[in-house]
Amino acid sequence: MADQLRGGPLVLGIETSCDETGVGIVAGHRLLADAVASSVDEHARFGGVVPEVASRAHLEAMVPTIHRACTEAGVTPSDVDAIAVTAGPGLTGALLVGVAAAKAYALALGKPLYGVNHLAAHVAVDILEHGPLPQPAVALLVSGGHSSLLRVDDITGSITSLGSTIDDAAGEAFDKVARVLGLPFPGGPHIDRLARAGSAEAIAFPRGLTGPRDAPYDFSFSGLKSAVARWVERLEHDGAPVPVADVAASFQEAVVDVLTAKAVRACRAAGIQHLILGGGVAANSRLRTLAESRAAANGLLLRVPRPGLCTDNGAMVAALGALLVNAAVPASPADLGADSSLPVTLVSVPA
Amino acid sequence: MLVLALDTATPTVVLGVVEIPSPAESGWYGLGLRAARSVPSGNRHAETLGARIPDVLDEGGIGMTDLSAIVAGLGPGPFTGLRVGVVTAAALGDALGVPAYGVCTHDAIAIMHKALAGSVPDGTIVPAQGFAVVTDARRKECYWADYDSSGIRISGPHVERPADVVARPNWRRHGLVIGDSTFSEALETEVVPAEPDPMGLVLAAGGLTAGELPGPIEPLYLRRPDARPPSARKLVTPR
Ligand SMILES: [Zn+2]
Repeated sequence: MADQLRGGPLVLGIETSCDETGVGIVAGHRLLADAVASSVDEHARFGGVVPEVASRAHLEAMVPTIHRACTEAGVTPSDVDAIAVTAGPGLTGALLVGVAAAKAYALALGKPLYGVNHLAAHVAVDILEHGPLPQPAVALLVSGGHSSLLRVDDITGSITSLGSTIDDAAGEAFDKVARVLGLPFPGGPHIDRLARAGSAEAIAFPRGLTGPRDAPYDFSFSGLKSAVARWVERLEHDGAPVPVADVAASFQEAVVDVLTAKAVRACRAAGIQHLILGGGVAANSRLRTLAESRAAANGLLLRVPRPGLCTDNGAMVAALGALLVNAAVPASPADLGADSSLPVTLVSVPA
Repeated sequence: MLVLALDTATPTVVLGVVEIPSPAESGWYGLGLRAARSVPSGNRHAETLGARIPDVLDEGGIGMTDLSAIVAGLGPGPFTGLRVGVVTAAALGDALGVPAYGVCTHDAIAIMHKALAGSVPDGTIVPAQGFAVVTDARRKECYWADYDSSGIRISGPHVERPADVVARPNWRRHGLVIGDSTFSEALETEVVPAEPDPMGLVLAAGGLTAGELPGPIEPLYLRRPDARPPSARKLVTPR
């Protein structure tokens, strides 16, 4: 099939940076398959992702998930034009399962291999839903593993980090507060649901790093998390009932308030009109609503992929791979490894 | 038939192309080693293995599609490196549509040791005796397995601290220990250096020459993941 007929290069993407084994297949901007095997249930009783448990699950799920994606897309691995894989950032042991598998498929089938940046892939995935990326754009990426504000001038080669969390990731704060409230892991969806019945103004929780002399685009959620715990413990100590819905709503508001305020500020400071949201926390309903209203109030155009594309998946890796192939970016070398702290300036690992 | 054999269960990445004659002859002397690599890799198993596979195929004068099977060491070995080899074998097998066989890495070391020992004319290396195979498990522990005089595994693989291995009543009942020689001191005996190699891996894959379908290709972890469910919530308020 010619590229023009199917809408662009056919790319298989593999994602194993945390607890989702994702395999996606895209043709240019078109999503053909998005198969995900999650080990999240295995981590629940530990209250957080256990790297070794995640890595074992990736190995078990790898080949079956590739098969599922290929069946869904109606292609075989030998049909693809390139293979893309998350090379970082993420958990080293988990990343290496994906990198080794991707390399083996690429070697066996004689396909170019792209080791790509997980954060850039979170941005690129939006092309599958909303078409070509507007550039320049500011991207706010929030999940259990990362919280970053990026300036994207060229998704295939020019991304700068404006700021990131200096302690906990936003999703991690959700998990920890959920634990304080006796909610299961992962905490995000539970807090989101509970918060709808509570008042966001009930408790004035602190907004980290929002002082005039603080880094304008960095985040801090550790202090907020402790403030919530202290507040709850004081009630428990006094034998008073904990208004769980109000705590959830007020905590959630403190997180999304800071996230959206800093994202909007970054757009305005740089004169950039487009804001893109991504990462698992972008599935939070309050974050989406507040981002929409603040974007509208500031004349910004907001793009948020649907929740299934915001969480970690292989389609985002394939989408970025297709963009790299189209831009004729050279493939990664055969000694590609994994880099747990791959800087976002490296969209793909160069030869 | 041409087989790609690989192992990442030890700090040394091992890979090679082995030719099995048809009909298969018994013993290692029937095998042809077309090309082999043994690369000290530290923590860079993924980088090394991916880069060296094209090398051994080139040197062996073959292409990917000439391969009829893959054989991989399943360990035991430190997990992250071990998984690199296992997932590589599974993915290569799947992509090429050929079976991928897994073997215990200690068996591969043992079987080749027996084969080579038998070939030494004066028999100086090994009298007819059993032996133990030892490899590094990190965290001050070792993996070990016991073999009888014909190279059949009779115990293990285990993961233990060397002091506990030495304290076992039947430890070193055969006298000979082979494998990772850095354990000589801790095990209070000379560990004769031995590593897995491509021919040993192929010989250990009994099902391959017997034409049997491969079993599941899963690492021999021996240890559970290091994780404990959290205890009661930690309070942040000083009391
Ligand atoms: Zn992510």
